[in-house]
Amino acid sequence: MRLPWLLRGLRDGVVTTGWPARPDDYFDQFPVTPVPTGQPITDTAGMDAAELEALCPTGAINVAADTITLDRGRCIACGRCVTQRPDLFAWRPGSDVARAERDMLIADAAPAAPLPRLRADIAERTTMLRRSVHIRHVDAGSDGSDEWEVRALLNPVYDVHRLGIFFTASPRHADILLITGIGSPGMILPLARTRAAMPDPVVVIATGTDAVSGGLVGPGMGVARLLPVDVFVPGAPAPPFALLHGILLALGRLPRGDS
Amino acid sequence: MGQVENEQVEHEPAQNERAENQQTGKGQAGRDDTVWCATLAEWHRRVTAACAPPGRLAGLYATEEGGTPELVAIVGRDQGFLVLRAPVGHDLCYDALTPQVPAAFWYERALHDLSGLEPAGHPRLEPLLLPHLDDLGPVRPGSDLPARGHDARLGVEHVGPVDVTGRGVFTLPFGPVRSGVLESLELLLETGGEDILRINLRPHYKHRQIAKRFEQRTIEDAVLVAERVEGVHSVAHALAFVHAVETGTGVQVPAAARLQRVVVAELERIANHLDVVTQLCDCAGLAVGTARFGLHKEEVMRLMSDATGSRFGRGQVVAGGVRAALRVDPALIGRRVRALQARIADDLGALNSSASFLDRLRTTGRLATDLARRHGALGPVGRGSAVEADTRVWRPYDGYRDLTPFVPATSTLTDALGRLRVRETELAHSSDLISEAADQLTQVEPTLRTPVPPADGRYLGVAESAAGEVLYSLSLQGARVVRCFARSASFHNLVLMHNVFHGDVFTDLGFIEASFGLCYAGVAM
Ligand code: SF4
Repeated sequence: MRLPWLLRGLRDGVVTTGWPARPDDYFDQFPVTPVPTGQPITDTAGMDAAELEALCPTGAINVAADTITLDRGRCIACGRCVTQRPDLFAWRPGSDVARAERDMLIADAAPAAPLPRLRADIAERTTMLRRSVHIRHVDAGSDGSDEWEVRALLNPVYDVHRLGIFFTASPRHADILLITGIGSPGMILPLARTRAAMPDPVVVIATGTDAVSGGLVGPGMGVARLLPVDVFVPGAPAPPFALLHGILLALGRLPRGDS
Repeated sequence: MGQVENEQVEHEPAQNERAENQQTGKGQAGRDDTVWCATLAEWHRRVTAACAPPGRLAGLYATEEGGTPELVAIVGRDQGFLVLRAPVGHDLCYDALTPQVPAAFWYERALHDLSGLEPAGHPRLEPLLLPHLDDLGPVRPGSDLPARGHDARLGVEHVGPVDVTGRGVFTLPFGPVRSGVLESLELLLETGGEDILRINLRPHYKHRQIAKRFEQRTIEDAVLVAERVEGVHSVAHALAFVHAVETGTGVQVPAAARLQRVVVAELERIANHLDVVTQLCDCAGLAVGTARFGLHKEEVMRLMSDATGSRFGRGQVVAGGVRAALRVDPALIGRRVRALQARIADDLGALNSSASFLDRLRTTGRLATDLARRHGALGPVGRGSAVEADTRVWRPYDGYRDLTPFVPATSTLTDALGRLRVRETELAHSSDLISEAADQLTQVEPTLRTPVPPADGRYLGVAESAAGEVLYSLSLQGARVVRCFARSASFHNLVLMHNVFHGDVFTDLGFIEASFGLCYAGVAM
């Protein structure tokens, strides 16, 4: 006999992640982008600095005075640098990639510095939001994949409602403006109108490499050229856990050690 | 997939034409022909004739690669594509195809926007892919608006013309910012009250100049651009692109890579179909259904990321093969997919016992079979209206040639329910295809990639995305892309949404949109 539809929600046992209260393997292991390994540039492959930089289709790699940096906000995770120079680049597992400053996405081999505090006005506002938060999403020229990952936050695995996080159609009731896409010219006014309809101060999150830097399709674009962004979430597209990490970072709700 | 030879179809070269057979026999099955028409009148006549069913318009673009502007129409036929080319004068004027070939309606508006062509006699030549602005300056084929000063100017909006006028008729704009977490699209509902009289779609908000992003790229980089035309069909776009390269270079893809491509392409299809079912449940307010199918979809995304490192299978498809071996043992992938399909089938059974849900889909968004056929409707939208086209079957590529043939899933219902039926059957097909491909993967040589030599010329590539046929017309010079016309199923199908409101109430909109299952990035380009 067929199981009644209403009972099905329970049938596969607990599927919802315990993160952030408890660790989650998928959170810890997902490789959002590579980072430099910190190995010295021994030029066995006969690549000079310019050639190393040219490996990357989005210009995320920078070599200066024998130090390699990789801008995770530009990286589209094509993996070419890792394939070509596994000595110099390696995938970094972990979805804790969001940062409150654009520059903090530029990874070198130095141990990660503690995240700087959020802007005071944001921190003040978000403390008032601890119980429930409303997010207004705007697609400003994505390739369509970012929306899938945002919507995934509502599936039973991530179930952000358990954290008091909700999506809203009304900008007037929104606390967070979550933007996907490169910031296409056509979306400039609709985006500005949505922002203007939100009560100040607004927390603005740019999610995905396209929104952070324009990525491969919008070089020199990204949404920070259109409005001030508080939190940047890299990833091509940013996976749901990275996005959730970014939202909790914006809310000052990351567990100690993560923020 | 049986023995599919490159069947020779009848081809009679007419006078004044230069026929080139671009089929090398090593790329995709099917036979493509190119016909050069000396005059626009001849081109118009031939395109119109070729587009009569069973022919269908599959693509239309302009290019100026050789220094002179030219129009290129791509027509689908039983066994292959017919490419019809003709020179255009420097005034860029020609007689519009749309009056004779209605499927050209959006293509000609896109041509007007992006290449500056003037299709005389077009019924509604308002901008489609660009904002409504008068001062964009001259546009040429292939120019795709390079420099335009400050981009804030492009944010100016105008309300489009209204087709339907009369007492009590008003226009209701929805979007471009949608109420749910959806891609931006503006829908102007021209209505006389509760019934929708007409819907006007405006996708331009998301326009990203994607055609320009291909140009001057290496093949390796251009595949990455193809993956971003429609991110939710990354694998299908990458495949269509590399098929064009492989046809052009005559490269043989190793068996292991052909089978792997099927595995990732079918995982992508399962994820997309589950996304549609999830959205339909959400529209109907079925919280349990939304949760269940959302959960299944997440499982597919994780299987994809476990196997390829990317939740969207990005970077896996490369010209000549695949980048790397799957990171999960194929036998395990087969087992996980079969177990998942059993749960999906069970939940679909429960969903189908909800009479109120089925009622919401039945007769909603009907697309007449005749119209679907004349338009050449693609994917589940076409198949849900009894149009049999499935690229995996009529022009099998990669591992589909090596696997057990299947009959395309079709439905004669023609409504949102018909499209759901098609997707239900395809979910089962995908699971079978993955299982079989995974089995065979254990028995073939583990070679994953054949080196790709440089090539000059213009080549077609196709692949079946979850939303239907993706078509690329790619011009290569050496190892670089000169011009790339990428046509998504979404672009071809979305215009049909104009035709599927039959006095339905506003609440049908969500069901119709979800049942079409299109990606607007691939429409706005
Ligand atoms: S993974 Fe690709 S995009 Fe990212 S830094 Fe390496 S080469 Fe650049």
